[in-house]
Amino acid sequence: MVDAYLRQSPLAHLHLAARATTSNALPDAGVVLAEIPYLSQFVLRGNADNQAFTAGIKKALKLPLPISPCTSSVDKTGHSHILWMGPDEWLIVGPSDDQAHINSSISTAFRNQHFSLVNVSESRTLIRLSGTQAQNLLEKGCSIDLHPSAFSPGSVVNTHLSHAHITLHRLNSIQQPTYDLYVHRSFAEYLWSWLEDAAREYGLDNRSK
Amino acid sequence: MLLIPCPWCGERDEPEFHHGGEAHIKRPLEPDQSTDEEWAEYIFMRTNPKGVFLERWVHQSGCRRWFNLARNTATNEIIGAYKMGEKPPISTIANKQKTATVSNKKPKGVK
Ligand SMILES: [Zn+2]
Repeated sequence: MVDAYLRQSPLAHLHLAARATTSNALPDAGVVLAEIPYLSQFVLRGNADNQAFTAGIKKALKLPLPISPCTSSVDKTGHSHILWMGPDEWLIVGPSDDQAHINSSISTAFRNQHFSLVNVSESRTLIRLSGTQAQNLLEKGCSIDLHPSAFSPGSVVNTHLSHAHITLHRLNSIQQPTYDLYVHRSFAEYLWSWLEDAAREYGLDNRSK
Repeated sequence: MLLIPCPWCGERDEPEFHHGGEAHIKRPLEPDQSTDEEWAEYIFMRTNPKGVFLERWVHQSGCRRWFNLARNTATNEIIGAYKMGEKPPISTIANKQKTATVSNKKPKGVK
């Protein structure tokens, strides 16, 4: 059972939703940013070589565990992800009301297994980045090769963006590239400000809801 | 800047990593029987070679895993990365040292 508590986004004081533009108000903006707060996030650890563990996760979450480094898996709705974080570590991401479900479905699946599941939903917020200039914007502060041949849809890396640690996930979007930037809450304001500043030359459309 | 090959993530820029000192330092097997000299050797004494050095690194901002790296301390050439518990790439290191001795010869005219 997950207790109710007061949740507040680390970007709440910027009033992003109140400052957001309405749909198609800025058709020429090269960069679209939106904060997506309050997602359910869990760190899962376990042995990737253990068949019972990988099969159990797949059954519990209806999602395969991504075993290859820097890959991810996504469910049919596109709202739930498992991101590879290390050879025995994953980040499970789901909608904000999914915390209790993720917690209970995995806990009951592994009564006698050695694994660890930690609710880290409050540790990071998510900034979603898209637009025709999204890749150019990231390249101003990120040393990862973001060319689609090297960073294809579904790729996920832990790295730096302008010195701030982020988890960078390229979504399986058939339209233009869309990136999810998971940022630790103490770095969120810094990173949002940096993104706003870096996006000035391209035109910025803030679509936070 | 070094481009370091993480055994899991591939090549990444140096700021994503932290250096962890010399690799393959063995803790005394019988701690209760060890002399002060043996403890001092384990805790403080490290080699400091000019040439190939086996060292530990952690991919701090990436997958957060420790691994070993064979690096030439004089040229910063990275010979190879290998996971914890694996053997160092001895034959590659030997080949590199051979070519290094050749190229270290002074060019003609230099005294
Ligand atoms: Zn790594």
